[in-house]
Amino acid sequence: MKAITWNGKKSVRVEQVPDPRILNARDAIVKITSTAICGSDLHLYNGFIPTMENGDVLGHEFMGEVVETGSGVANLKVGDRVVVPFPIACGKCWSCQHELYSLCENSNPNAWMAEKLMGHSPAGLFGYSHMLGGYAGGQAEYARVPFADVGPLKVPEGVSDEQVLFLSDIFPTGYMGAEMCDIQPGDVIAVWGCGPVGQFAIASAFLLGAERVIAIDRFPYRLEMARDKAGAETINYEEADVYQGLMEMTGGRGPDACIDAAGMEAHAPGLLNVYDRAKQAVMLETDRPIALREAIMACRNGGTVSVIGIYGGFIDKFPMGSVVNRSLTIKSGQTHVHRYMRPLLERIQKGEIDPSFVITHRMRLDDAPRGYEIFVNKQEACEKIVLKP
Amino acid sequence: MTLQQSRQTRGPASGPKAEVGGGTQPLGPRQGEDRQQSSAHHRSRERFSRALGWFSLSLGLPAVATPRELARLTGVPDDQQNRTVLRVVGVRELGVGFGILTQPRSAAWLWGRVAGDAMDLALLGLALRSKHAQQSRVTAATAAVVGVTALDLVRAVQLSRGLGRPSGRVREDRGMHVLKTITVNRSPEEVYGFWHDFRNLPRFMDHLEDVQVIGERRSHWKAKAPAGRTVEWDAEIVEDRPGELIAWRSLEGADVRNSGSVRFTPAPGRRGTEVRVELHYSPPGGVVGATIAGLFGEEPDQQVNGDLRRFKQVMETGEVVQSDATTHGRPHPAQPPKDGVIAQ
Ligand SMILES: NC(=O)c1ccc[n+]([C@@H]2O[C@H](COP(=O)([O-])OP(=O)(O)OC[C@H]3O[C@@H](n4cnc5c(N)ncnc54)[C@H](O)[C@@H]3O)[C@@H](O)[C@H]2O)c1
Ligand SMILES: [Zn+2]
Ligand SMILES: [Zn+2]
Repeated sequence: MKAITWNGKKSVRVEQVPDPRILNARDAIVKITSTAICGSDLHLYNGFIPTMENGDVLGHEFMGEVVETGSGVANLKVGDRVVVPFPIACGKCWSCQHELYSLCENSNPNAWMAEKLMGHSPAGLFGYSHMLGGYAGGQAEYARVPFADVGPLKVPEGVSDEQVLFLSDIFPTGYMGAEMCDIQPGDVIAVWGCGPVGQFAIASAFLLGAERVIAIDRFPYRLEMARDKAGAETINYEEADVYQGLMEMTGGRGPDACIDAAGMEAHAPGLLNVYDRAKQAVMLETDRPIALREAIMACRNGGTVSVIGIYGGFIDKFPMGSVVNRSLTIKSGQTHVHRYMRPLLERIQKGEIDPSFVITHRMRLDDAPRGYEIFVNKQEACEKIVLKP
Repeated sequence: MTLQQSRQTRGPASGPKAEVGGGTQPLGPRQGEDRQQSSAHHRSRERFSRALGWFSLSLGLPAVATPRELARLTGVPDDQQNRTVLRVVGVRELGVGFGILTQPRSAAWLWGRVAGDAMDLALLGLALRSKHAQQSRVTAATAAVVGVTALDLVRAVQLSRGLGRPSGRVREDRGMHVLKTITVNRSPEEVYGFWHDFRNLPRFMDHLEDVQVIGERRSHWKAKAPAGRTVEWDAEIVEDRPGELIAWRSLEGADVRNSGSVRFTPAPGRRGTEVRVELHYSPPGGVVGATIAGLFGEEPDQQVNGDLRRFKQVMETGEVVQSDATTHGRPHPAQPPKDGVIAQ
């Protein structure tokens, strides 16, 4: 089959690889009808996640049609249309039973690698390094889906691929980011990053009752989407000081909760950028926590900082003093997607939200290399790319 | 990133049982294959440790070589001051990365990082004083600097104290002892029951080929050794408390004298069962511990860790979980296996 493979920093290829097949009884094979490129894929593309190998099949946001099921999969049949959550979860371990699906204790056969870097291992993910399982991803014609009796969500007739595809990751991710803010009536939420994840964090904060949402980025077209499509007020951090702006907009209190939807490759104008880029480039820190530091400093006393942007390793100059002295709560995680798929599908069906609003580009799978390039450089007003195998 | 353990160097096997780990005989084609298989895990582990070091090194190198180029790559304005920053930071990381790759103990090199952070503080201080820095940013950045070096300091201290070393293993002159625990989300009775049927053990213990039950308390064990060989022994159960404990030991005439026990205790808060495995291998007269280590073809500590993880997978999900990469049985890109190339 055709698949998009990683071939070192800033290099992805369209390659022929063997077709997947059933390896475990609870596997299913899915013929992919729609798949997407995620901001998390950009961390791989830019070479910031260790334990990638040339030839790894990328992609973790995909949906399609079941073409084969293992003997242990009773709930799916050939022909079912499904969306697949990006974390792989067994459904039987303690974490899965407590709905902590991205922490499944059994789905990462390379857990020992993750243990070295992080102390304990999280779940295996599709197409996201060997340290997180070594699973082939979903930017391909077909994918093998382990624990298919637990993960895939059957999609009913009447909703299009584009409306439900993002249940695989970014809609639940934005939603969990907002949910972790424990939003109360009157709350003002600030969101760093107006990428697709940021957009869903904004939209979800409103779904969960936020009074106002303030979104921060530097790309005018992304800020515009946050304003027009998601309903946020915006700050362009290249034109205004974020901390001052937020204080002005919140009567000096600071936002009640802050969501970091920018992650480890955040950017900053000025000297701090030089400092973090230099340190990251030479691996003195693996991640640039620019948005995260700012989110902590801006958050109101006793507020919550919700971190859904991905960090891979170690950060430097973390303002722990601010966290402790001001009673902040930090919450974080790879999204426990399984938890949110059904309730969010219901919201889509009720017309409360149409997640396809973030899509700006539709391409063939063969065009993925160009897709990565324009997405990473934020060219052609690129917000979200959907690929059709 | 810098915390991989160093590879243990093992001497060549010697003494009467040299054939267990020696591998000096010419290999037939089948033996060659097996040897490849058994050392694959070891190689992949070593590769991983080193990958982290290389990751660091490859990024440090351009900073010294061409700070101008790196400035461009990282999007940092290419002026004299920034170039100096890049060069200084790059040189230091190069040293650290190199140390991780080449030194048996990384503590000293972590201390290098601590010193490095102190240097960064000074650099940032310099940046803050520059007249380009805006007042509000200076305030934020200064506050951010407060937590400096804490992480590196803690890790360096831990490693110096030996806390960073693999846990639970004591290697004595006269044998080897491994202790590992894992929590399984099933009742002690279920977990005990599965383990008690020793024929189940090869399903999750990588180096076991086959266990036959030959009586109420007796069994025959066959394990893989390097170079496509096997070692065998008879074992007997010496203690058996249903739902609680099984202990066994090898009988007279074993290739490698060994004993083991597994203890099952209910985990608090209905989390299932804590499984605690202890294994002891004693070499016959004159054989060094390296021979036993050779039995595993890698860190025994890691091996038992992997065995227990697979045990948990089997108990909780019904099978040993495979990813695309692991099916190849050797380091391989995450791609589906070709037809007929599944390692297990
Ligand atoms: N937690 C999860 O499970 C999960 C799931 C999906 C994605 N993610 C992560 O979410 C993050 C965003 O993903 P995305 O798809 O939206 O990516 P993206 O690259 O499209 O968006 C990131 C946005 O952050 C902005 N940004 C950078 N620095 C900033 C700063 N200092 N202040 C404010 N904004 C800044 C960028 O301009 C960009 O628009 C990534 O780190 C991704 O890995 C996490
Ligand atoms: Zn994603
Ligand atoms: Zn699980």
